[in-house]
Formats: sequence, structure tokens, C-alpha cells
Amino acid sequence: MRETIATNARAAAWRFVLQRGSAAVLALCVVVHVATMIYAVRHGLTADAIVARMHATAAWPTFYLVFVAAAAVHAPLGVRTVVDEWLGLRGRAVDAALVCFAFLLLGAGSYAVHVLAG
Amino acid sequence: MIDNREPTLAVRIWRGDAHGRFERYDVPRHPSQTVLDVVSHVQQHVDPTLAYRFACRVGMCGSCAMTVNGKARWTCRTHVDAVAAGEMLEVAPLNHLPIVRDLVVDMAPFFDKWAAAHGAFAPTTTRHDDFARVAPSSAQRRAIDATIECIGCAVCYSSCDVVGWKPAYLGPAALNRAWTLVNDVRDGEGVARLRAVSADDGCQACHTHQSCTERCPKHLSPTAAIAGLKRRVAIAAIKGEL
Repeated sequence: MRETIATNARAAAWRFVLQRGSAAVLALCVVVHVATMIYAVRHGLTADAIVARMHATAAWPTFYLVFVAAAAVHAPLGVRTVVDEWLGLRGRAVDAALVCFAFLLLGAGSYAVHVLAG
Repeated sequence: MIDNREPTLAVRIWRGDAHGRFERYDVPRHPSQTVLDVVSHVQQHVDPTLAYRFACRVGMCGSCAMTVNGKARWTCRTHVDAVAAGEMLEVAPLNHLPIVRDLVVDMAPFFDKWAAAHGAFAPTTTRHDDFARVAPSSAQRRAIDATIECIGCAVCYSSCDVVGWKPAYLGPAALNRAWTLVNDVRDGEGVARLRAVSADDGCQACHTHQSCTERCPKHLSPTAAIAGLKRRVAIAAIKGEL
């Protein structure tokens, strides 16, 4: 019983750390992403020019992979809270489904980065 | 022409259990009248069967909290002037707690959560030891100063959206108490208390809406206390102490 409480406490604490940490990364990524979009629009860059720049350096694919990873961590943890509070659903099955959701986001996002920069 | 009619206040008071209804009473209006004065007038002069709870009448005991015009308040220190909208007053029992009868709620779930959050002081010395010396200027003591005046009225608990969504959530008052003891250098509970407040229904469930802080009649900030617990629990987890 005591070990179960400790395990649950550690899990709750780490979920908190991961969600807040991924939120901090996302905040930075969103600022860079929006600034880049504004730059592209104001300088009249075409889609081809943007894709060419994505190919030119490893920095942009790396940046967007970090963005995708942060989103894949952050979103399922937020959905977990919504599902708990609105639907009253929690437990191993919910957590397993959310892990699948995290991998889906990671896979889809990584594939998008690969298509643009690979 | 002078109107000699005594000014009155229309008050709607909840009667019955959870399936009850509001009933209207007309109460004489007086200067500096409190909501508790109004409820007491109804019980003493109109309907002696009205059930409500109070004790000190001076804002110390925390037993007279009710929902007044939709917001949880301590009724002994709430002037009718400050809350009566259009000379209409509506008094209901606190939210999120089982109604016993009329304005009386069962406080057991509220205080059970204080126990679940390890809200009891765990001494590390005996009566034979010397007094502990805690510097008033120390960071821990100043953190306690910001939380210790809680009177257990449950206004924060009744105002908390998260308690409404997740009835098992420990709530602002229990977590505020836990943070008080986490900062108490004399307390020996340590990691066990941090574990008790770190869970799906623990401190991490707080959304920082700050309704508790806005409504606390003692002007405490349970939100800040909960944020402190979140930080302390997170650091303990990262250090591998949890």
C-alpha cells in the first residue's frame, strides 16, 4: 500500500514536471515558428524557397523535431486531465491509450518533418 | 409625508435537503446588518425549525460559511449592504458538501481531506525537550505566516471549480494546511506528506483559477500554497526523494 502511494506520487510528480517542461519548450518553439512565418510572409518567400531552406541546414529539421517531441509529450498529458475531469475516466486503459496517442503525434510529426527536410 | 413603514429585506433561504427549494422571508432591514443577523432573525422570529450553523460571530471559528447570492462567504462578517443586489438576498448551503438540512452541510468530507493530506502536526520532540527556536524572519516561518490563519470555514473548498469537477480532489484548504506543515521545521512527516499530496487528486490537479484566493475571508492565498507544494514535490521527484 505504502509503495503504491509512493509510485503514484512519483508518477503524478513526473507528469507535472514533463507537462510544465514541455510547455516551456513549446512556448519557445511557437515564438520562433510564428516569427519565422512573419519573416517568410514579409519577405515574399515561396513554398519552394521555404522547403529549400529546410534542406539547406540541419538546424531547421532539428528545431521542428524538438517541437514535435514537446507536443507529443504535452498534448496527451493535457488530454489525460480533460478526460479525467470531464468524463471521469482514469486508469491503466486510459494511460495506455494516451501513450498510443503520444506515439501517433510523434510519428505523424516526425514524418511531416522528414517529408519537408529529408 | 413621512413613511413610517419599517424597511424590509426580501431573503430567499434554502430549505430542506439536496432536493429542497428556496423559500422567501421578509426581514426588517437595519444598518450594519450582517447576513448572519438576517438568518438568525428568520430562525428566532419566523421559523424556529430553520437549521444553520454559527458559533463565535466574530470571524474566528469558521462555522457560519454559506452561499450568499451565489458566492461562498462567512456570513457573520458579511454586511447585507455589501452583497444584497436590489434588496434581494439569497442564502444557500455551501457547494460541494452534502446538505444535512437547510443551511447546514456535512463537513466530514472536507476535514477527511485534511487528514488525507497529512494535515496533522507530527512532532519530533517530547514535552521534556526545550522549546524549538524558529526565527520569525526565516523563509519557512514567513511562508507559514502566509497560511496559518486558516479558520477552516470551507469557503475556498466550496468556491473551487476543480472540487466540483473531481470530488476526490483534496481541495485548497487541505493543501494549504499541508504546505503550512511542510514549512514547519519542527514537523517530522517529511516525504510522507509530499507523497500524500502528489496524486491525480492532489496538488497537481489545481488549475490556478484562484477562486479560493479571491473568496478566502482571511485573505490567504491557497493558490500560492498549492504552487509551493507543486514546486516542492517536483524537486523531490527530480532528486529521487519522493
